[in-house]
Amino acid sequence: MDLAERYQDVGVIGAAGKMGSGIALLLTQELGLRKLSPDGREQSFKLTLMDVDDRALDGLKRYLRGQLRKFAEKNTVRLRELYADRADLVENAEIIQAFIDDALDVVRTTTDLGALSRNHMIFEAILENIDLKVKIYDQLAKQCGPETYFFTNTSSIPIGLLDEQAGLGGRIIGYHFYNPPAVQKLLELITSSKTRPDLIEAGKQIAADLKKKVIPANDVAGFIGNGHFIRDGLHGISEMQALRAEVGFAGAVYMINRITQDWLIRPMGIFQLIDYVGIDVFQCILGVMDRFIDDEKLHSDLIDTLMDKDVRGGQRSDGSQKSGFLRYEKGISAVYDLDRGDYVALDAVFTEPLDEKLGPLPEGYLPWRVLARDRAKDEKLAAYFANLAKSDTLGARLALRYLQRSKEIGEYLVRSGVAGTPQDVNGVLLNGFYHLYGPINDYV
Amino acid sequence: MTPRKKVYAAAGTYTISLGSGRKEFHPKKPRPGLEHYIQEAGQGVIAQISDPNVIDECVVSNFMAARFNRQGNLAALMPTIHPSLEFKPSTRVEGACGSGGLGVYTAMKSVLADVADCVLVVGTEVQNTVKAIYGADILAGAGHYASQRKAGHAYFFPAFFADRAGAAYEKYGFEKVRAAMTQWFVNAIEAARRCPQAQEYHNAAEDLYALGNAKPNPKAFADHINVFDCSKVSDGAAGLLICSEEGLAKAGIEKKDAALISGWGTSVADVTKLPEDPTSLATSRSAIEKAMAMAGIGVSELGFAEVHDCFSITGVLMTEATGLVPQGEGYEFVAQGETKPGGRLPMNLSGGLIGHGHYTGGTGVRQTVDVWKQLTGKAEDFQIDVAERSYGLVVSMGGNDKTVVALAMTQAD
Ligand SMILES: NC(=O)c1ccc[n+]([C@@H]2O[C@H](COP(=O)([O-])OP(=O)(O)OC[C@H]3O[C@@H](n4cnc5c(N)ncnc54)[C@H](O)[C@@H]3O)[C@@H](O)[C@H]2O)c1
Repeated sequence: MDLAERYQDVGVIGAAGKMGSGIALLLTQELGLRKLSPDGREQSFKLTLMDVDDRALDGLKRYLRGQLRKFAEKNTVRLRELYADRADLVENAEIIQAFIDDALDVVRTTTDLGALSRNHMIFEAILENIDLKVKIYDQLAKQCGPETYFFTNTSSIPIGLLDEQAGLGGRIIGYHFYNPPAVQKLLELITSSKTRPDLIEAGKQIAADLKKKVIPANDVAGFIGNGHFIRDGLHGISEMQALRAEVGFAGAVYMINRITQDWLIRPMGIFQLIDYVGIDVFQCILGVMDRFIDDEKLHSDLIDTLMDKDVRGGQRSDGSQKSGFLRYEKGISAVYDLDRGDYVALDAVFTEPLDEKLGPLPEGYLPWRVLARDRAKDEKLAAYFANLAKSDTLGARLALRYLQRSKEIGEYLVRSGVAGTPQDVNGVLLNGFYHLYGPINDYV
Repeated sequence: MTPRKKVYAAAGTYTISLGSGRKEFHPKKPRPGLEHYIQEAGQGVIAQISDPNVIDECVVSNFMAARFNRQGNLAALMPTIHPSLEFKPSTRVEGACGSGGLGVYTAMKSVLADVADCVLVVGTEVQNTVKAIYGADILAGAGHYASQRKAGHAYFFPAFFADRAGAAYEKYGFEKVRAAMTQWFVNAIEAARRCPQAQEYHNAAEDLYALGNAKPNPKAFADHINVFDCSKVSDGAAGLLICSEEGLAKAGIEKKDAALISGWGTSVADVTKLPEDPTSLATSRSAIEKAMAMAGIGVSELGFAEVHDCFSITGVLMTEATGLVPQGEGYEFVAQGETKPGGRLPMNLSGGLIGHGHYTGGTGVRQTVDVWKQLTGKAEDFQIDVAERSYGLVVSMGGNDKTVVALAMTQAD
């Protein structure tokens, strides 16, 4: 079965979730466009969007409609060409509406997994839970045709394990989109030793169709992205614990978050990032990695404690950030204090003594958002990090250790075969995490 | 033709040109509507005269309120400016982006016909009500819907002028034409920074030349031109009074505060046709020639001009349409800075459509107000030295060089 035929019958499981809805959008756009292509006009396309949450499926349809409009508004030049033969569609507004309608016509929503039995390709983005995923694949293996391809968005679960437990015969590949899938360009493509070569080829072609940048990763729990992020986060937690005796929990969280954002010139500090991902998700991925990676202790009591106290971060359904290590009200407004079980306001009385302990930022410092747009950012970063290395402040020492640890993690990912090359590790951090420099660099 | 009586412009005013670039502009927050702009401009005129009761008649120029604002019958909005306008004659005038020029022209005809001494003209458009991609549909009404829209580009008008730019690249060489277009953009922003009502007044970009030289993105916009070559989407209004000699006296306006419109020309060309020579603005040329002939002046007597630069290429072609330079030489003329203050023919001193903004149906009125400001010494930070008996030219253009009004104006006393 060729890919063009596979595209005619596609399914998404967990389609109403954060990742699933973005993947559903990308596929709706793609199928909508295929339907308008010269070949596609003769064919019928179906995109079956499945989720157990019926109400969320209503929200999904609203989301798709709104996003399809934005997509069509941005692509009107092309859509006018695709609808050139439709004499009844003259104005942009008519063409945009026609595309929204045509694309939505391919979509069917369902809560019944059985509805996916005739799909040629299935994208899965349900909860990160091994037992649940195995159960679902087990059923899919039974009900779907023997040529069906499976694309899992798992963040950490080994692909080979799912393959084996469900008996998929190499028809599953790791298709790790970044959040939000419709916006983020990066896609980690994870193959196990069993993944069929034709599926790998198809996976690459689909990524190109969806305008994603593929970085290959090997089938080791956590892969490249979380392989780095989780360990980087654990380092942040351990540095924080070390400072805690001196400045208290909240003070230490504040300091390490600042080090990782400002001193390291990253888009956000490590605790903000963990909140963004969700402390629950962090815990879950950590658990999976710990289970499958033997020679390393991957655990954090602190994360478990926070979860027990219901401090979990993540986003509300409207996209706003929930409190976690930090509280967010028009930016970061307060820090969690485990010792008191409450948040401490980030006012000058609190921050000034801590900032003083860290010392001034090294010479040549520029905020991430400024440097991100600077064409000479590589030279500026090199000069800045040279100054940082020379600087004898607490801030500089913490930052240097952080850089070293981040580099070690990157090199470990290459050495252990998770990533093929240092460029792949750097590529994931640059494209998936918006770092301005890769962890494997000459700054340390 | 020589006019049988004198006709003057006075008491000009305009609102800010609101849209992207202005600090006050937030796409998602509510904004003033059509009524607000008509009232602000109209009341701005009334504030400069001794008695609103002297206004005999109103003209409101607008292009597409019926679609941007779902409002027709604009003539009947004029009494919301002042109760004295109730039961007075009022006319709405439309000629696409040249509506403003036609509005002034219509008011002049009432004065010339001896049926009015003071005519209040307000020109307006409020077009941030829709996103640019839908605005393009609405503005496409300035072309010929039945024969051109379906085959036309998503950004219908930008594509028309991109074709003109492309033809000029072909004929005169890319470098030369591009340099002129980019310089036009730079001049527009620099001028706008001197006019507090201009949409680009807050523009603080450092390297304007580099910005204006951005590479076109045909997938998202048009071929041959970039978004900086393009005038802005604007909400705004301009107003002024068109008076006879008696009208000036009745309104308590001194001659030194008025400008004489001593020549005018208006021309249309067939909207169903594409231009014969895309590298010239033949209709504009025709209207300008008539205006200068009526004023009895040659191009050397022009001190400055307010021309329609919906796109940078249009601005450059306008230098040739004035007759000051032959066809093909406008590019160097602009690139060398001859249209800047201090150059041979300073143009668009408050920024033009690219820098000041382009509230389509009101732009021609705004241009007339700007020429009046220069001639009466009221242009403040964008005032240039205007010699006595010097002329300012207005060129208000609708569509793809289809509906044009040109005015030659000079000091009144
Ligand atoms: N959120 C991220 O940043 C991110 C990034 C990359 C990968 N991922 C991975 O993507 C997957 C989904 O994560 P998410 O963040 O979108 O989670 P989510 O909780 O937002 O969505 C999960 C969806 O799955 C649905 N679901 C649960 N059980 C189901 C079942 N039995 N059958 C069908 N649908 C079911 C839920 O109703 C929900 O809509 C996980 O594997 C996660 O590790 C997440």
